Amino acid sequence: MSSDERYDAIVVGAGHNGLVHACYLAKAGLNTLLLERRDLVGGAAITEEVVPGFKFTTFSYAMSLVRPEIVHDLDLVRHGMMVLPMVKTFQPGLNGEYLLLGSDADANYHEIARHSSADAEAARDLDHIIARLVRALKPWVDRIPPNSLSKDPADIAEMAELRGWFRELDEDVRGMLETFRTKSAAEILDEYFENELVKSLYVSSGIIGSRCSVRDRESGLVWLFHKLGEYDGEPAHWGFHKGGNGGFTQVLARAFEAFGGKVRLNAGVSELLYEDARAHGVKLEDGTLLESDLVVSALDPRQTFLGLVDPGDLPDDLAGRIEDFKFQGTAAKVNFALKDVPSFPGLEGREDIFTGFTNLGPSIDYYMDAWADCEAGRISARPFLDCCIQSTLDPDMAPPGKHVMSCFVMYAPYHLAEGDWDSERDRLGDTVQETIEEFFPGFGELILHREIVTPLDIENLIGLSEGNIFAGELFEDQLFLNRPAPGWNQYRTPIEGYYQCGSGTHPGGCVTGAPGWLAARQVLKDRG
Amino acid sequence: MPLTTPFHPRIQALNEAGLWKHWAGYLIPPQYQYSLTAEYYAIRNSVSLLDTSPLFKYRISGPDAERFLRRVLARDIAGCPPGRAQYTCWCDEEGFVLQDGVVLQVREGVYWLTAAEPTLRYFRVVARQIGAEVEIEDVSKSYGILALQGPRAHEVIRQLTDAATCLRYFGATDAEIEGHPVIITRTGYTGDLGYELWIESGDACSVWDALMEAGSGHNITPIGTTALKMARVEAGLLLMGTDFHSARFAWVDAQRETPSELGWSWMFKGISQDDRPFIGRSAIELEMQERASRWTTVGLAVDWHDYERVYTEAGVVPPRHEIYSESTMSVYRRSGVDWDYAGYVSSFTSSSLLRTPLAIAKLPLDLAGPGSEVDLEVNVIRRPQNVLAQVKQMPFFNPARKSADMGEEKSA
Repeated sequence: MSSDERYDAIVVGAGHNGLVHACYLAKAGLNTLLLERRDLVGGAAITEEVVPGFKFTTFSYAMSLVRPEIVHDLDLVRHGMMVLPMVKTFQPGLNGEYLLLGSDADANYHEIARHSSADAEAARDLDHIIARLVRALKPWVDRIPPNSLSKDPADIAEMAELRGWFRELDEDVRGMLETFRTKSAAEILDEYFENELVKSLYVSSGIIGSRCSVRDRESGLVWLFHKLGEYDGEPAHWGFHKGGNGGFTQVLARAFEAFGGKVRLNAGVSELLYEDARAHGVKLEDGTLLESDLVVSALDPRQTFLGLVDPGDLPDDLAGRIEDFKFQGTAAKVNFALKDVPSFPGLEGREDIFTGFTNLGPSIDYYMDAWADCEAGRISARPFLDCCIQSTLDPDMAPPGKHVMSCFVMYAPYHLAEGDWDSERDRLGDTVQETIEEFFPGFGELILHREIVTPLDIENLIGLSEGNIFAGELFEDQLFLNRPAPGWNQYRTPIEGYYQCGSGTHPGGCVTGAPGWLAARQVLKDRG
Repeated sequence: MPLTTPFHPRIQALNEAGLWKHWAGYLIPPQYQYSLTAEYYAIRNSVSLLDTSPLFKYRISGPDAERFLRRVLARDIAGCPPGRAQYTCWCDEEGFVLQDGVVLQVREGVYWLTAAEPTLRYFRVVARQIGAEVEIEDVSKSYGILALQGPRAHEVIRQLTDAATCLRYFGATDAEIEGHPVIITRTGYTGDLGYELWIESGDACSVWDALMEAGSGHNITPIGTTALKMARVEAGLLLMGTDFHSARFAWVDAQRETPSELGWSWMFKGISQDDRPFIGRSAIELEMQERASRWTTVGLAVDWHDYERVYTEAGVVPPRHEIYSESTMSVYRRSGVDWDYAGYVSSFTSSSLLRTPLAIAKLPLDLAGPGSEVDLEVNVIRRPQNVLAQVKQMPFFNPARKSADMGEEKSA
């Protein structure tokens, strides 16, 4: 083959996992090339100045799950990593009531107790058992998962270790894990709480980015997944990266370059080059051939297995699993540039209420109504919105006195029953705006600019199949032992020298960096 | 009854958490909000406003002012010409530190000094002894001091006056804010970009309001003393009463420390070329010549993995959130001998930004070199456990903006 260049390693896709992975390879001394189809790195974790002075977190917008090991291994603080703490969480109702929680346990107790003192006490129990469970799960999140199909004695021993770990969990922690695996978020919350507003605050984590309702059993694990992170070691707490999530991927890009790695933009890969089930390079969309015995795909499983290689060259069971892998995106984003923060009746002029998540979805029925529209193939008439106004903490996000508001929208099904996303785009924007207006009267008058990101945009712009923000659903049959497929959950592929390191691998989506990190561990181990 | 600072009407209204502490007899909030971390990040991410009025303040003038300061201060006052400020200390005849502080000379011949403890009488005694014609006034109650600290500090102050823009690090100038006379210095206790303002007490609230108004688009955040202290450990700045004590009221030398023992030998770089007759000189020179320091003060970065490990093995979450401690923690040699005592930590914080527990420690000279490894004793479920820590050059955090030229930034 006459190739144009040769590298020790080529990583396809400069999303945050591709970046993390490439950093580890470059740090290990490999001459590493990172290829990105777009004209900027970051994948779904980018910040764009859509209007002069206003920085939009176009897609991903918050941080919690980044593995602390990665931050230390890659010396990310030196390259500018700074995660600002979310200070408050705001759960407004539609009838003037609200919940405003902060960082003081006693103050939070009294705030919830305004609605129900039993719920205020229950919240402490629930938060504590979740924190203990998250801590117990950490070792399994932070390692290459066992291979459940392998007959290799080492793999069999690892599966035995997993069963042993499970047996030895504290009984209440093990019980809670079983609860999350088998029950819906709403069912679990029914056991803890009586107040709708309190339930609503918790329940939204169960559907984020997923095609399920709060009463579907899948919502239990989706909820738990979103609690796997930490802030300063505090389990399940969230923050904003300085400059938006794009600020984080810029940090990774600087680290990668400091390790001697090279990024090439506008370099989409059309196919993996391989012979006799052994990878030897990639072909770019412009026809350029690049040679390397090590190629790692940070793309989602559909593209990794069905796009870059000929599925006919894969074992049938794997090709079948990947074809059936559920993407079915249901989320969208609408981002606003604002003249001022929205005003909540009774809390006028309070910027502090927006210094974390603002959860628009005030009752279980509200979420179920939103789901009914999704099932019918429609945008929810009254969607659940997870809103963040990072500029209330980070002055780099907007001009003085002005703000940017990121709104994550559920549900916006990728497959619409009627019409298409070109015709429905403005309806999505209008629906979101009307919804916010109901909670914050006068919202419309604050808008300077509106950016609409449909599930189809997510697919077209950053290559996430069907717009699934996690590179595939976070359902039990697609997690851990099964991500992306049983037997292929250890970052390898049937093609030697070809690996996978995207969010479609263990542990999964969100800005964790873990797939990139663990895949690098596997790659470097295999090289010896 | 504690006193209140000239900014009290404002800080009281903003004190959401309702906590107060006493600082030199004044009421000051240790934090305003429930979230300490939010206040801390105002220093590193936007801009913070801090009332440091409880400091003692002195105005020193007269024909012999310079001669007096040359005698009483241990660091060479020649390094503080008009328009400059200087971090300094003063010692007793045995070379033990009495206090540290910041001295400024705004107009020629008039010096201003901040101090953590009173020093009026002591200064007057020294002035008399050397027959210096100098006026030393206690102006503590005549002025309030505000620290404006953080990456947006210049963006805020430049809306109110042009005078701050040309200030280099440790520069000092007269200025006017909303018609009120102020002194502005490019100084601070955070290790970040920032300014400190001396404001006449009667003007205090108007200047506070002007700063808050100018900072409103930049996320200006009033902060209490705890967030400040977390930042000052990252900046490697010592706190009197915590990292050392005044020799003046010590009982024995074990409680006294020399500048070299505090890691301040850099203050005496030119000592072999000058003949300054400052108090403590002969003892300090002898200590330096004979390398007779009993210990020195260094930064310690705790090994993050080891810290994580000892808590994880015990089944608990490592304390990393909003941790700041002034309790003594013991440090041991990694000599193979169990609990081989070497020194102690006087300040400890778990840095949210740097993601590592950090400490200021006293160690014998053979362990004090950067990279040297020691064991730090922590408590894990009430049992002592050692974790690995490494001596690091302070400051731990030292952003370029701290001393960057602010004039050029605008034209760029």
